[in-house]
Amino acid sequence: MSVEEHRKLLSEINVDVDRHAKMMNMGLESYKAQFMSQKNRPEAMKYFDWFMSEIQGQRIAEINELRKQKKPSVGAFCIFVPEEIIVGAGGACFGLCGGSPATIADAETELPRNICPLIKSAHGFKLQRTCAYTQSSDFIYGETTCEAKKKTWEILNKHHPVHVMNIPHMKRDKDLKMWKEEIIEFKEHIEEVTGKKLSLEEMLEGTRIINEKRKALLRLDSLRGLNPEVMPITGKDALFVTQMGFLDDPKRYTQKVNELCDELEKRVEDKISVFEKDTPRLMILGTPIAPPNWKLHTAVESSGGAIINEESCIGHRYYKDNVDIDNIKNEDDLMSELMKRYSEVDCACFTPNTPRIDKILKMYKDRQADGVIYYTLSFCHTYNIESFLVTEALEAAGIPCLVIESDYSPEDAGQIKTRVEAFLESISFKKKANKLKSKS
Amino acid sequence: MYWGVDVGSTYTKICGINEKKELVDMSVIPTIVNQDEIVKKYLKDKDIKMLVSTGYGRHMIEETFSCLVISEIKAHAKGAYFFNNDAQMVIDLGGQDSKVILLDKSGGFVDFKMNDKCAAGTGKFLEIAANRMGLNLDEFSKIGFDANKKLSISSMCAVFAESEVVSLIAKRESASNICYAVHESIASRLASMANKFACKSEVILFTGGGALDSFLVSLLSEKLEKTILPSKYPQLTGAIGAALCGYEIYQEV
Repeated sequence: MSVEEHRKLLSEINVDVDRHAKMMNMGLESYKAQFMSQKNRPEAMKYFDWFMSEIQGQRIAEINELRKQKKPSVGAFCIFVPEEIIVGAGGACFGLCGGSPATIADAETELPRNICPLIKSAHGFKLQRTCAYTQSSDFIYGETTCEAKKKTWEILNKHHPVHVMNIPHMKRDKDLKMWKEEIIEFKEHIEEVTGKKLSLEEMLEGTRIINEKRKALLRLDSLRGLNPEVMPITGKDALFVTQMGFLDDPKRYTQKVNELCDELEKRVEDKISVFEKDTPRLMILGTPIAPPNWKLHTAVESSGGAIINEESCIGHRYYKDNVDIDNIKNEDDLMSELMKRYSEVDCACFTPNTPRIDKILKMYKDRQADGVIYYTLSFCHTYNIESFLVTEALEAAGIPCLVIESDYSPEDAGQIKTRVEAFLESISFKKKANKLKSKS
Repeated sequence: MYWGVDVGSTYTKICGINEKKELVDMSVIPTIVNQDEIVKKYLKDKDIKMLVSTGYGRHMIEETFSCLVISEIKAHAKGAYFFNNDAQMVIDLGGQDSKVILLDKSGGFVDFKMNDKCAAGTGKFLEIAANRMGLNLDEFSKIGFDANKKLSISSMCAVFAESEVVSLIAKRESASNICYAVHESIASRLASMANKFACKSEVILFTGGGALDSFLVSLLSEKLEKTILPSKYPQLTGAIGAALCGYEIYQEV
């Protein structure tokens, strides 16, 4: 078992190994039950199954090998982290643990109860020392996307170094100018960690690597969602692959995602679908879905629905845009392009945020979806409040929509399933009614 | 016979309809452990052409009987529409859930709202409050009509709301007035859920155990300015809907 193999390393980076081992076991058991039991999975999922088994073993060893070479290692909870710069410096950028209910009680010794479960879970992982990624990071990347995070960094900083990047909440010229300065400052911070200057070529290389990763993910997104006749992979598997994109080495990961996509392409040709014909196709909108939070996908796909896309930070929002590097002559150009790319991220922290609604409506049409679920974590005020405007636009467009607010605790799984089943029934009913209408 | 079983959080409802769609058998039994065994015993030696389960425990019944399953929403829509096909809205107040269901003209449900994981605004809360006052649900419902003071409960959580009830008791507020406050809080929640839909029909059907509470019915109709009509067998509506579904499916195949 991986934790035992890596016990020495985990102790070195100050992980509470026994507690960590227990949590890893639970995570692996849950993964086996929810993922490995699915029928007709693509062969290429084997790599991701392996990655899961080594999620806090082999990959942690790799990251710590980089650290020995003085390469930067940065953990983040947000897709605003300019990972191109970190990867350009030869380092690793990864998402930190924050999707488990098991650490929340510890976090509540320092944080209020009524803030989002992601922040509490993440903070708890640090207090418990049970996330090997958190323990492996030179610093944690913090941002100002919401009040709860903004203030938590001050407390988290007592336990681990945090670098906070100020993300503006509007996109006027003056805001974007400030944003660019923040990216430059981030780069300088990375240089401080490594003790040497970063060259333009290095940063461009980092950008190419991450661009390729995003391209691969976009390819996966199209393959799973654009063809209503054949759905070659479950939404749950695709979600998991996306989630692992925040942890794995980007080059290897890109290759593995592309291998998976090759297989999925073949499946589409051969009409091998993992869902029955006429399975309702749903898009998930909203807040990030950090592993092991697979509650919603499990509820939907065990109730006769298929998830074809996540309009989420762990999803479409993360990989929809790339950095344009064709005309870059100097470092300032690159910083401008990075800023441009990141300012396209339609996070609910922005006001106004209408491009998000336009994107959702277009995505729905392109993917010929049958309905959407707006998923929001409890106390995630930005996404929660924005759900009003989004569902208003969806209703105006005649799109069936279900709003679900939940946290990481398992006790509402039954209620969620009831609502999802009813939602799927109503979609099927409408589909049937439309068919009858067109006949008469 | 076509059977519907609705395993709710508090009660399990069983009903059977015959070929003429007449209700010929119905029963409400408390939900306890191994409920499937109790249902099995109940249905022993009965003629079963089709069995459909719904409610919280629907999947347990599905496993035991390998029967069809429908959601509570669909079941309540169907059951309520069966008795009154004018209404286009159904409000259901169960033990742990409250829901508002919007129907189209043919009784198919179009949309619904349901409470999140939270007991405020559910039948559970009525029960907790009644217990606090040392009354049964029937008694608790009746004394509300005698209230002479419009007290309110503001907590969003049933547990805290209970402590609000306790503090009202400590203030020597009358049982009738406290009963009013509890009902008011539930009716407000249901009304705000219902108001999210622009409902044209003048009559709203009320199902679930909550519809047995006449004071709640009167408060709700006041708030929504509509006729709130308790369904014929409020608690059994889901089970009836399930049985009707079974009937239809049997005719189709």
